[in-house]
Amino acid sequence: MSITPQFDPLAGLGGGFLIGLAAVLLLAILGRVAGISGMVSGVLSGPAPERAWRALFLTGLLTGALLYHRFTGSFPFEMRAEWPLILLGGLLVGWGTRVGSGCTSGHGVCGIARGRTRSLVATTIFMLTAMLTVAVQRVWTGG
Amino acid sequence: MVLGTGILFGLGLSFSGMSNPARVLGFLDVGGEWDPTLLFVMGAALATTALGYRWVLRLPTPWLADGFQLPSTTAIDRPLVAGSALFGIGWGLVGLCPGPAVTALASGAPEAFVFLGAMVCGNWLAGRLPAR
Repeated sequence: MSITPQFDPLAGLGGGFLIGLAAVLLLAILGRVAGISGMVSGVLSGPAPERAWRALFLTGLLTGALLYHRFTGSFPFEMRAEWPLILLGGLLVGWGTRVGSGCTSGHGVCGIARGRTRSLVATTIFMLTAMLTVAVQRVWTGG
Repeated sequence: MVLGTGILFGLGLSFSGMSNPARVLGFLDVGGEWDPTLLFVMGAALATTALGYRWVLRLPTPWLADGFQLPSTTAIDRPLVAGSALFGIGWGLVGLCPGPAVTALASGAPEAFVFLGAMVCGNWLAGRLPAR
């Protein structure tokens, strides 16, 4: 194994701190965990007040990214997957996070931070299957 | 205020580089030129959240709500395991999970819009299924 020159621990720590701060503030303001997949589900269905705060948070999420783009003048985005896999991947991420009740933010950050075994199990499973998927693709494409 | 927390979250995802699927795949590809950045993102987010949650949960009520509404299911059941596995496969195929799927739109790349559309469809379809 070798480490890529792209490795950026300081950006990682800084970004992670902002994500954590946002999760803490959301709990302090509304008493809710910051699970993005749950917010997407909740915007699609559910009572109006529940939809409203989720829509606000998701709007903020995009606004934060647009502000970043504005201030730094660039927004690195490199998609390696081809179109059919983009579609399949999107469906699986949407489907799987709804059935599994959470994603990287809800289980991986908020759930584990609360010491929940259920979230630790979910996070371990999706981390391992994602790594396995990348490994299988590597073998498949002969890389 | 909720909008502001969303903005913080979006800034964090962008600043950490996690809105770029290639960076995330670099982390998931442990057999290649490995990029451990995501580990630092998760570590810092977890530490901040774990400490901050302790403090917040000492409040009698949240600032703008009557009470805390925290997920309370503890079951480690088939939907949790199967759903997380399917999510992991999708994440590994593309390199985007739900948060970055939203922030990636800021790149303006058509791929980001298509991925988010497919993700919303998948989420909606799963919600149409009878509870198991």
